[in-house]
This record gives sequence, structure tokens and C-alpha cells, in this order.
Amino acid sequence: MQHPKQQTTNPMVTGTSVIGIQFDGGVLIAADLLGSYGSMAQMRQLPRVFKVNEKTVIGASGDYSDYQFILEKIMQKVNQDYCLNDGYVYKPKQLYSWCTRVMYNRRSNFDPLWNRVVIAGLEDNQPFLGSVDLLGNAYEAPCIATGYGNYLAVPIMREFLEKNNNKITEAQARDVVDRCMKLLYYRDGRAYDKYSIAVVTRVGARVEECKELQTNWQVASQVASYD
Amino acid sequence: MIATSDITMPDWLKEEHKTGTTIVAAEFNGGVIIAADSRTTTGAYVANRVTDKLTPLSDRIFCLRSGSAADTQAVADFVKYNLEFHEMETGSEPLVNTAAYLAKSLIYNNKERLLASVMVAGWDSKKGGQVYVVPISGMIVRKSIYISGSGSIYAMGYLDAFYRPNMERNECLELIKNAVAMAIARDGSSGGCIRYAIVTDKGVERNVLLNTELPRFYEN
Repeated sequence: MQHPKQQTTNPMVTGTSVIGIQFDGGVLIAADLLGSYGSMAQMRQLPRVFKVNEKTVIGASGDYSDYQFILEKIMQKVNQDYCLNDGYVYKPKQLYSWCTRVMYNRRSNFDPLWNRVVIAGLEDNQPFLGSVDLLGNAYEAPCIATGYGNYLAVPIMREFLEKNNNKITEAQARDVVDRCMKLLYYRDGRAYDKYSIAVVTRVGARVEECKELQTNWQVASQVASYD
Repeated sequence: MIATSDITMPDWLKEEHKTGTTIVAAEFNGGVIIAADSRTTTGAYVANRVTDKLTPLSDRIFCLRSGSAADTQAVADFVKYNLEFHEMETGSEPLVNTAAYLAKSLIYNNKERLLASVMVAGWDSKKGGQVYVVPISGMIVRKSIYISGSGSIYAMGYLDAFYRPNMERNECLELIKNAVAMAIARDGSSGGCIRYAIVTDKGVERNVLLNTELPRFYEN
């Protein structure tokens, strides 16, 4: 597939962290609703998680136009599925594998899609969560986060999973994700206090549009000056 | 040697501490009102989400800091020390003008070495409420109202439209709070809470508007 080389060594409107966690019976991913233009919070209410089909959801951080490009290609595949009408739909691991090939191929031509994509869903009723980045690095894990989330959220999610033997409920997963999004809002200068969640369970997949964070700033009254 | 063009290197390993910042100071009919956000960043990492950028230089004179956190703290310490010494020498209250010129002389004479953009605002009995702006270049100019820092561009239009000289205290305070809130909403390098202070002949009144209490505007 030929396409003109893009200026994607210069990401323009970008999204910050996407976090994802597996729970007993499903998986969920969350990303805030902000598109940043450098340090400017340019576009609020920008959805960065997307429902692909009843078994898969996808989210991405990085350049938003490249994310939309990936989504467009994926939706073409989903529409093909629909037209073929043979009972088969793309499963998360297949999309993850496809995504890896695409990202690695672009990187090998020095024209990367400037994203880190998180693909989540149910693969034969087993929760699946994987991430592919702009260099084509791909891996699956019980919990994943991109951007600052990788440093701030992953340790929290891992500790929580380990404490509960990797078996947590959906409610617990939502709670730990909310805590992580809150921490990211405190510590990531490109974060926003509203986020959306995409959940996949045996019942199906859905995107919850807008959740607002309840933050705590009491510590501000205890701080004065710098010395 | 850390290559800043290295895309695999995280931003917070390449950047120094900066107060990304939005700072505002305005004269009103009783003195000055000053306000700032509370975010210090290293790259995009928020190193301190509850920073106090309103640094007292004397009883009724403040320094509002933006730029490199280390540089502005050094400038503020220098001015504070020299101002106190000067106060002892003269035996009378320090003038806002003097504090401002002290800051300017340090920043101007070290302009290649420093990344410090400050405002010196306060009250003295000679000229009442005053706001002096000393940007990176080391120039100095007195203004009735000024907004500075990376977030300033997002609120400049608002202040141009709604500021008038000699406003009432509460009216001016609301204007200032709205301005900083707008800047916080749009600037990634500004955030957290709004610290503000009202400086008059009677003294200083300091307060914090927590992030959860900030005025919110249209957010599509």
C-alpha cells in the first residue's frame, strides 16, 4: 500500500496516557478526553477509546490524526466482516497482531505512526490486553499504561493485581483505574480531569463517554513558600 | 551526554524544573491583587502540584515567579536579603520600586545565565499599589495590570476586555481568579490551585482557591 511520506516525526495534536487492566470476566481501558497541542489543552471532549466490535476495544496515545488513520483501517476491516456475514468477527489478538505488523512496517520505513495503541477484549472468553508502540514493540500483560501512565499507573495496578492474585472484579478494576487517572491528573501536565472508559465483558463491549474525577487538594493549604 | 533529540528518552530526564506558570498582578482602588497557579513542571511531569509562587520580599512587597524555578528562587532570595538590608540602612519602609529595580539589575546583568521572568508587586505609602514587570530580558516597566508566564496568552484577551483602573476589591479579585482559571484550563504547564493575595496599606491577606473550587467555563 503506497502512501506519501508524512511529517510524523512531528506529532501535532496528541493524547496522553491510556491505561488498561484485566479483571475476572473482562477487561477495561480508560483514556482522558483531551487533545493537546504541545502544552496547550486544545481539544477537550476528544474520545481516545473506541469500540471496534462486541469483542474488542481500542485506545491510543500519541498523534490523534495517526490514531484516526488506524481506526479508519480497522473500521474498514470490521465493515468487511459485516458484509461477509459468515459469523466471524475480528478478535482482539488478530487485531493486535495486525497492528504490530503495520506499526513495525511503518517504523522500518522511517515513517512511524506516532502512537502507542492499546488493544483489549475477550479472546475466546479469556481477557486479552496488549499494547503496540510506534517502534513496533508489542506485548501483552494483565495491566498496561502508555505515556506517563507507564511510570505512575502501572506500579499501582500491578501491586493491586498481585495483592488479589490477578483476580479482581469489574468494580475493583474501575476503582483502581479511577485512582490511576486521578494520580495522572495530579502529575501529568498534559492530563485532563474527564475521561472515558471502554469495557469488554461476556455481555459485549461498550464505551462510557464521560467520567469526572473527584480530586483532593487539601495539601495546598499546608504549603507556603519554598523554604 | 543526553541527546535531546533521542525520542526514547523520557522528557522529565531532559528538562530542568520550571514554573510553567500563569501569574497575574493588578492594581485596584485599595492596593494590588496578585495571583498565580500552583504547578511546577519538569517537562510534562508535575514536580509540585501545590507550589507557592507568590514570594514575599518584605511585609507588603511580593515577587511573582515564572521561568526556571531555581533561577527565580535565587533572584527572590537575593532581592529579599538586599531589601531588608536597605530597609535597615534607610530606617524606612522598602519601596516596591526599589525591590523591582533590584530584581531587574540581577536579571539584566546575568541575562545569558538566567531564565527568570518575575513581577514585583506590592504596596508602599509613597505610590500606593504598584506592579512592575521584569521579564527575561531584564527590562523593567510599571503596569496597572499584567499577566505573565506560559499560560498568559490564554487569558490576555479576557483581561484586555474587562479590566478597568480603580476597580473595587471584589470585582478585581473575581477578574483575576477568572483569568488564572482560564489559563489553567488551557495551558498544560499551569494547573492546580490559585494562590492569591490582596496587598493594601492594612497588610496582606493570603488565600487559596482549590482546584475543585475553580470557576469552570465552556468546555465543548
